[in-house]
Amino acid sequence: MIQRLISVVAGLACIVAATGRVDAHPHVWVTMTEELLYAADGSVTGVRHAWTFDDMFSAFATQGLEQKTKGTFTREELAPLAKVNVESLKEYAYFTYAKLDGKRNKDAFLDPIDYYLDYDPKETVLTLHFTLPFKTPVKAKAIEIEVYDPEFFIDFGFAEKDPVRLVSAPAPCTVSVEKPHDDNFPITLRLDQAFQTSEANIGMGANFANRIAVNCP
Amino acid sequence: MKSGARTRLTRCIALAAVILVLALAADALANAASAQAGPLGAIRPPPAEGIAGWILAKQALFYRALSGLIRASKTDGSAYWGLMGISFIYGIFHAAGPGHGKAVIASYLLANEETWRRGIALSFASALLQALTAVVIVAIAAVLIGATAKMMGDTVRVIEMVSYMLIVLLGARLIWVKGRGFLHALHAVRSGSEPAAAETAADHAPHVHAAHANCHHHDHSHHDHADHDHAHGHHHHAADEEEDVLPWGHAHGPEPEELAGPGGWRRGLSAIVAVGLRPCSGAIIVLVFALAQGLFWAGVASTFVMGVGTAITVAAIATLAVAAKAAAKRFAAARNGYGSLILRGVEVGAALAVMAFGVLMLTGTMASERMGMF
Repeated sequence: MIQRLISVVAGLACIVAATGRVDAHPHVWVTMTEELLYAADGSVTGVRHAWTFDDMFSAFATQGLEQKTKGTFTREELAPLAKVNVESLKEYAYFTYAKLDGKRNKDAFLDPIDYYLDYDPKETVLTLHFTLPFKTPVKAKAIEIEVYDPEFFIDFGFAEKDPVRLVSAPAPCTVSVEKPHDDNFPITLRLDQAFQTSEANIGMGANFANRIAVNCP
Repeated sequence: MKSGARTRLTRCIALAAVILVLALAADALANAASAQAGPLGAIRPPPAEGIAGWILAKQALFYRALSGLIRASKTDGSAYWGLMGISFIYGIFHAAGPGHGKAVIASYLLANEETWRRGIALSFASALLQALTAVVIVAIAAVLIGATAKMMGDTVRVIEMVSYMLIVLLGARLIWVKGRGFLHALHAVRSGSEPAAAETAADHAPHVHAAHANCHHHDHSHHDHADHDHAHGHHHHAADEEEDVLPWGHAHGPEPEELAGPGGWRRGLSAIVAVGLRPCSGAIIVLVFALAQGLFWAGVASTFVMGVGTAITVAAIATLAVAAKAAAKRFAAARNGYGSLILRGVEVGAALAVMAFGVLMLTGTMASERMGMF
């Protein structure tokens, strides 16, 4: 009896220790499509985000907003919310991290421009569009853009179809995306990857980032 | 029961208690460290692995299932039951995340002497209060005055700050009370050598029960305990009268007997309110979504069912903390003065942990939840 009690207590202790490590759990899901903007001289001027929120968060975010037609919101009606969004995002560095030729650029972006929100009445979801201009347009052979929430309250994932587009990029440039998970089965695959890579790669950040990698030889 | 087995059990559980405290401390440190790492991607989100990853994965799936079930509930009555089921399971998993008071409640229970019943009651009361706060906020803000998400987010932030401040106060009070207990025990140990010390310790230290210093006599201990505590109460007042006046009105660490009696619930209430005041942001989002779907009541039911699920997880951890504390107490009882010193030390440590959690959350060093990006 005592032995059993001990094993129960030990088991519980393990559970506590394990659950203690579940540091964050998202309440917001974002499906993103990204564009890299190029100038005529081949330098990258900015990143244009289109982030679609999940339906529950979209309902939350639009709560209390005035609407002329029930069930939908116009871009104008959403303008104040869009402003709040981009202003709040500043605190989180827009969840956007740039790496140029393998070097992390800590302070790469200016404040967002051309921002607005769209509402899709069929899917009842909001999409936030905004452009982050680079402080100085970059000419780099390898550009990496990562989008994620370090605290993981927001779960970012690429859209299924055409998640990244290069806008007027020089011809030889190629783009690839690394997804931490597949949108249909986000968690399972993530777990698989975790199991596969956790021991092999201690600095495992790379395996969980939504990464856009552009190469211009 | 064989005495050897009991001693072994005592040691094992005491070890578990130490592990629990260390795990909580390590968790808090890890949280602090990852938050300090800053937003520039130096530290990635904790990867989903093992049990933690499994829980994370499950609760994400359950949370996402909620929206579909709420929609379906509009037309399909059976979806409503599905919604309740998923809400319940989601609550169980969700409590594993931050901001649901399990660390604070476990530390609080380690610092005090509570019965497992009270540990469970505390967990349920705080979890259901969390659900109630979420419902009240959305009912007033969204249903009655048509507030925006930003206004609700700001409200939640204010409530959070109050909640964290209360946790700091709770910790401060525990440190004060438990610190005094520790000093008494220290004094008792210093002022005489064993075995004479045992008697002194029993007189001075708030929780040392020389009457059952020997766990082989445990079967009698309930009787001893009650008698002893009455006597002890008088002794103690007499000895300490000139020494201090507490801002909280009572000079002693809460005794188990006090908790059952009048006033005990009031004291427990401080922990319940400190932890339970802060609503779960997920519940608020679910409620607003349900409201938008014209099914506010389904959202309310879902929130309370989630609260029950959350309470079960927190109660499981609370029970463990109570068991660990009881074991630590038995362990201490077998070691006269020094044992009580260790026990008081554990209590002070747990009290410090409560305050540390409060301070870390208040300063934003320890990540809690946030309301999306508002």
